[in-house]
Amino acid sequence: MHNARKRLLAGPYLVWIIGFTVLPILMILYYAFTNSDGGFTWANIAAIADPVHIKALLLSLKLGILCTIVCLLLSYPLAMILNSLHIKHQSFVVFIFVLPMWMNFMLRILAWQMLLSNNGIINGFFSIFGIPKLHMLNTQGAVVFGMIYDFLPFMIMPIYNSIVRIRKETIDAARDLGANSFITFFRIILPLTLPGIVSGIIMVFVPALTSFVISDLLGGGKVLLIGNVIEQSFMQGSYWNLGSGLSIVLMIFVLISMAFMNRAGESGGHAVW
Amino acid sequence: MGKKLIQLENITKTYDGNMILDDLNLYVKENEFLTLLGPSGCGKTTTLRLIGGFETPDTGRIIFDGKDITSLPPNERKLNTVFQKYALFTHMSIADNIAFGLKISKKSKAYIQDKIKYALKLVNLDGYENRSIDSLSGGQQQRIAIARAIVNEPKVLLLDEPLGALDLKMRQDMQYELIRLKNELGITFIYVTHDQEEALTMSDTIAVMNQGYIQQIGTPEDIYNEPENAFVADFIGDSNIIDGIMIEDKLVSFLGIKHECVDTGFGNNKPVDVVIRPEDIEIVEAGTGFMDGDITSVIFKGVHYEIEIMAGGYEWLVHTTKYFETGSHVGMKVIPFNIQIMHKPESSDEKAVELDA
Repeated sequence: MHNARKRLLAGPYLVWIIGFTVLPILMILYYAFTNSDGGFTWANIAAIADPVHIKALLLSLKLGILCTIVCLLLSYPLAMILNSLHIKHQSFVVFIFVLPMWMNFMLRILAWQMLLSNNGIINGFFSIFGIPKLHMLNTQGAVVFGMIYDFLPFMIMPIYNSIVRIRKETIDAARDLGANSFITFFRIILPLTLPGIVSGIIMVFVPALTSFVISDLLGGGKVLLIGNVIEQSFMQGSYWNLGSGLSIVLMIFVLISMAFMNRAGESGGHAVW
Repeated sequence: MGKKLIQLENITKTYDGNMILDDLNLYVKENEFLTLLGPSGCGKTTTLRLIGGFETPDTGRIIFDGKDITSLPPNERKLNTVFQKYALFTHMSIADNIAFGLKISKKSKAYIQDKIKYALKLVNLDGYENRSIDSLSGGQQQRIAIARAIVNEPKVLLLDEPLGALDLKMRQDMQYELIRLKNELGITFIYVTHDQEEALTMSDTIAVMNQGYIQQIGTPEDIYNEPENAFVADFIGDSNIIDGIMIEDKLVSFLGIKHECVDTGFGNNKPVDVVIRPEDIEIVEAGTGFMDGDITSVIFKGVHYEIEIMAGGYEWLVHTTKYFETGSHVGMKVIPFNIQIMHKPESSDEKAVELDA
């Protein structure tokens, strides 16, 4: 009786998961393995081998990895500095860094479009000092920049949380046992923050790999990511089968990278994501 | 006990304008078990952290084995610390925790293996090399923290309330364990605690601290039997502390009566603190002691009864093995030798603390 009632409580979630996760995935799987007449085919999966698609996938991987590395290199020292600040409102400072997360990210990217364009604010500022106009918008650089700007908080948060959790006594103990700052960092701090790093990498790399809005707005159609290819097959034509096939391939890449990162994070503890 | 191993000279330390240590002078002799004892905020932990190198003093010098180490970072000091909450490295196995210091000093693999075995045996945890830290109880973690410190063969081991988080039985076991370890290893221990019983049990020397000052330093017997001021008397064990006037040598008056005592040299008609330990008061028939009163409470404590007697406007604490009824009218007796006379504290600070203690 008691158990039955408990199971009843899980009902709404079950409906949710079936309706909004399982069913859509099954539908994508169906489209991915059928042609427009409904017959079975591998063609939509194999379509990834098309040079245009391969190029888009490789570019997505390249920009995604670049974005993740820059985010990591920016976030780690920042999180360390935030943690070492001896100020009363440390959490408020952290809040400010994470604040952009609460704003609509499309708006923020549109703002950067204005800022970066040839006649935009930044070039206008440069012209005051006689610096020639820089072509910034519609480049791979602009897309990576947009991704970094958007996803940075997702790297800062888990890393900062893992650094905060290291007790000062643990660091003192390492110093006490003869470790200099270098050894303390590589033998104690880095391993203890590994779960945070892994979470951060996953939380940045996955959206960066699958992103298409940022490359649309800041790449101006000149930067074609795998996300754009998938978007176009759904929105611009009616190639649902192709789009589903490529989605499955992308999903496999995401799963592989997550499995890989989890393996790397296992030595450090549990990832938080 | 040999020469002075560590000397603190005129140490001053402030945090955000608060004076933590004020012109502190202290020395530790080779092979001594020194305990810094005091209430929280008295500066005992700061003193230990200064010796460990985790803080630098505003003024003053720290001399270790003849060398000035005041500005030396912790990793270059030949001493090790056992921290209050163990501070073990949770991402490493027990063996790796213990080997941490040895690997840094580039000892051979065989030497490290031997040392791990030896240290685990010493703290009665043989065979725990590959266990994870999370699988250990608090007491076991404490032992590992001690093992991790002593394998480096430090000249001095600093212990910051290492038994604070353990339950009573475990704490008592660990006290004997620590004394055994100290005798086996022959190294100097500097121990910080707020637990007076722990301090009395283990120490060769106790420094009682309050408000950044050392109130008294001496053997456990000295500190208990001859407290130098009311703070020490109150902090070490229970005490009856009453305002009194030293009328002349060997005669004191308090709560409206005069009583013989053994102290001299306080001058005539000087205000003093009169301290009488609860176990030094004998309950006698009314009219035959120095003062009569009514018993307000009787609590059985196992070894003795803790009895409160209202007499002369003061609530007296008495420890006795005899049982008395609550409400009975009785007398109190004390021999002159057991009355301690102390100077009144001079600064208002000391007085303030005396009141909250």
